[in-house]
Amino acid sequence: MIAGWPTPAGEAYALAFDEGRARRVLVLPAWFDESNKLRHFTVEVMRRLDGSGIDSFLPDLPGCNESLLPLESQTVESWRNEAAEAAWHFSATHVLAIRAAANVAPDSLPGWRYAPLAGSSQLRALLRARVLAAREAGRDEDRDRLLGMGRKGGLELAGYRLGAAMIDGLAEAELPTISTQRDIAQSDIGGPGLWLRAEPDHDPKQADALAAILAMELLA
Amino acid sequence: MANARALFDGDTRMSSQAAANDTDTVLRQVLQDVLGLSSERVAAFTPQTGLFGHLPELDSMAVAGLLTEIEDRLGIIVEDDEVDGEMLETFGALLAFVRAKRGG
Repeated sequence: MIAGWPTPAGEAYALAFDEGRARRVLVLPAWFDESNKLRHFTVEVMRRLDGSGIDSFLPDLPGCNESLLPLESQTVESWRNEAAEAAWHFSATHVLAIRAAANVAPDSLPGWRYAPLAGSSQLRALLRARVLAAREAGRDEDRDRLLGMGRKGGLELAGYRLGAAMIDGLAEAELPTISTQRDIAQSDIGGPGLWLRAEPDHDPKQADALAAILAMELLA
Repeated sequence: MANARALFDGDTRMSSQAAANDTDTVLRQVLQDVLGLSSERVAAFTPQTGLFGHLPELDSMAVAGLLTEIEDRLGIIVEDDEVDGEMLETFGALLAFVRAKRGG
C-alpha cells in the first residue's frame, strides 16, 4: 500500500493501490489545511476505485506528510515537477486533482479536477485566517502587509511555514485551462464540501459519488 | 436536499424581499456546511443564537472558511477590517452584516 519511489531529491512515498491494471489514476491531494480535512475522503475514493478494478496512487507532496524535505524550500513549481515525476514513475493514465492540486496537475494526463481552487484563492483564505487569529490574540495584522512580508521572507500560515517563493507562486497561481481535464463541482457530488468542515469529517456517500463518476467514465 | 447555491445561481431577477430571504437561507446553509450540524438544528437558529466564542469548532480557520464561502455563494467581498467579534457573535448580527453588504 505504501510505495517508495525515487525522485531527484531523494526517496518519496505514495499510497498505492497497484495491481498492474490498465487504468492508473494519479491522485493529487488538496493543499495545506484542506489536505487534512480531505485525506480520509481521498483515500476512501481510492479504495472504491480499487474495488472497481482501477489502480491509483497518492504521492506525498515534497515537504508534506512523510516527506523529509523542508516545506519552506518548496514552490508551486516543485510540486508541479513532483506531480509530473509521479505520473511518469507510476505510469499514470489519468489524473484526479483535488482542490488546489488542479494548479499543478500534469497537462499531459486526461482526467478530472474535483472542486478546483486557484492557488491565489487558497492563499487569500490562509491570509484571512492568520489575520483573524492575530486579531483574536490582540495583534493587528493586515493582509496586504502580511503578503508583502511573505513575498520577501516567507510566512507561517495555518501552521505551515511557507517560503517566499511559495507565497509568490500561490499569489500568481490561477487555474490553468486543460481541455482534457474535466471539472467536477461539489454540486455534482452532493452534500457540503468536506474541506469546509471546522473539524475533519467523512461522508461515505460523497466518496461513492466521486469514485462512481471516475469509474463510469474510465470503464465506459 | 436542494443546494441553496443551485437555487440561487442564475436567478438575477429576484425581488429584494426574495433576496433578503435568500440571504437567510444561504447563511444557514453555509453554517450547516461548516459546522456539520443537522438542518433541524440550523433551522432553529434565532437572531440571538451565539456563534463565534459560543461554538468551540468555530475557530479562526473555520471563520475564514465561513466568510470565503459566504463571499462565493452571495457574490460579496468581505474586507478583513469589517470582521470583528461583534459581527460574528450571533446569527442575527452576521445576517444583518451580510444583508447590509448585499443591499437587501
